[in-house]
Amino acid sequence: MSDTVLPPRVLAPPVARPLGLAGHAVCLGGIVNRELLRFVQQKERFLSALVRPLVWLFIFAAGFRSVLGVSIIPPYETYVLYEVYVTPGLAVMIQLFNGMQSSLSMVYDREVGSMRVLLTSPFPRWYLLLSKLVAGVVVSLAQVYVFLAIALLWEVEMPPMGYLAALPAFILTGLMLGSIGLVISSLIRQLENFASVMNFVIFPMFFASSALYPLWRIRDASETLYLVCLINPFTHAVELVRNALYGVFEPVSFAVVLGTTIVFFALAVVAYDPGRGIMGRRGGPKGEAA
Amino acid sequence: MNHQEAPALEIRAVSHAFGPRRALDDVSLTVPAGRFVALLGPNGAGKTTLFSLATRLYSTREGAVRIFGRDIATSPSAALAELGVVFQNRTLDLDLTVNQNLAYHGALHGLSGRPLKARISALLHLVSLADRLNEKVRTLSGGQARRVEIARALIHRPRLLLLDEATVGLDLASRAAIVDIVRRLVAEEGLAVLWATHIFDEVRPEDDIYVLDKGRIIAHGTAGEVAGGHLAPVRPKEETPVPEGATASLEAAFRAMTAARAEDAA
Repeated sequence: MSDTVLPPRVLAPPVARPLGLAGHAVCLGGIVNRELLRFVQQKERFLSALVRPLVWLFIFAAGFRSVLGVSIIPPYETYVLYEVYVTPGLAVMIQLFNGMQSSLSMVYDREVGSMRVLLTSPFPRWYLLLSKLVAGVVVSLAQVYVFLAIALLWEVEMPPMGYLAALPAFILTGLMLGSIGLVISSLIRQLENFASVMNFVIFPMFFASSALYPLWRIRDASETLYLVCLINPFTHAVELVRNALYGVFEPVSFAVVLGTTIVFFALAVVAYDPGRGIMGRRGGPKGEAA
Repeated sequence: MNHQEAPALEIRAVSHAFGPRRALDDVSLTVPAGRFVALLGPNGAGKTTLFSLATRLYSTREGAVRIFGRDIATSPSAALAELGVVFQNRTLDLDLTVNQNLAYHGALHGLSGRPLKARISALLHLVSLADRLNEKVRTLSGGQARRVEIARALIHRPRLLLLDEATVGLDLASRAAIVDIVRRLVAEEGLAVLWATHIFDEVRPEDDIYVLDKGRIIAHGTAGEVAGGHLAPVRPKEETPVPEGATASLEAAFRAMTAARAEDAA
């Protein structure tokens, strides 16, 4: 090694640090690219993300189509098959799992220390977290549209323009679920704790929503459960996407999803603030006190 | 203050606690621009906490941290842009290639395209790993991965490099290689370095060193002075606890100092 020749002016300072608008875009691109690379590396993650909703669609929905009739409720103008009803909810379920998967990767990043590398970037911390969030959404969108394509082969068809019209809705719901995941990741100290959090977050959110059954059916069964479903932001994420797939804008769901995104993202920024939240608590990101 | 003339790193009266336990107590140290400074301390002395404060992973509640005159609490972007860090724990993504890891870090500093490619190429030549560009980090040895981390820390041309126990767990040849690279960057390129370690062989007699123990700086001077017991006053109100007969070497002095403090505490 001692015969290594230093390249000329390895450390010669650049004319200006590229931290302006273009630098921010580069930073975002780098974080998104890394998330995509990691996603491509983890083929089993992609498969499991697809298999889960497809099992629901092919097996669960096929079995329940005869017992769960769906009456004409907005945005549907006719009776629809149960598979058609359940598909938007399953698409958002992919995003729910992806949001939690992203938070799992945050916990992993903290454990292996690469979170430290991210947080020592000179860009504002809120921007780094937002970039992580956007990266997670990009990954989830790829999964969602592959799922919708497979569902199309299964003759679960939406209006052609609906696939495009739903894109902003998917982006917003992805941001909301990613923000919730960010907050959860800040509350978890170790990877081992994550499984129980998944059970306490994913399953209640998914089942206590309109993803699998229309709200009127839930109301028939239990008024309390109906109220729980109403205040569950996942219900509004599903309804925002369901309506968007049929070219309908649902303002209440939009407001709830947007508001939830803002609140949880703000909480995540606080949680990852060096002086507060997880970074300020004992031991910091990896429980290292020394 | 002129930022060009300011010390590379200035830590002033910094204290930090985790709950009731004080991890750092009134710590002050300075790394002049273009100098190599060693921070010696046993495990648990507070070195990693100090690095976490210097890199803004934790906020500085008591005292101040300045990088080339820029306060890390009030001007974090400007301060962090001048700073490269090699953390104690490995922080590379094992499933990505060397190139992908470096490109990611470059992006975190706003670098892209041809300039970034050129940087990656130059730095991999510097650490003698140009031929491993497209290999996954998982396939590298511990020493090679460390060299990639050094290349990564330099990618945005920082003027200050912090290394936290960068050679721990490496064989002698790998340690020597890393020390060689860093010292040459100091000598030939004017990089300022804070080198945290508990391995005495890595410190030269002329090096400026601070000895950290139980969260406090207990000695400061050149390694030769510390080994010889001629120390700069660290705390005016306290005697630096260097017992007689503990001057044979830096390691002996260090062990005697930390042992004396342990006895005092008991």
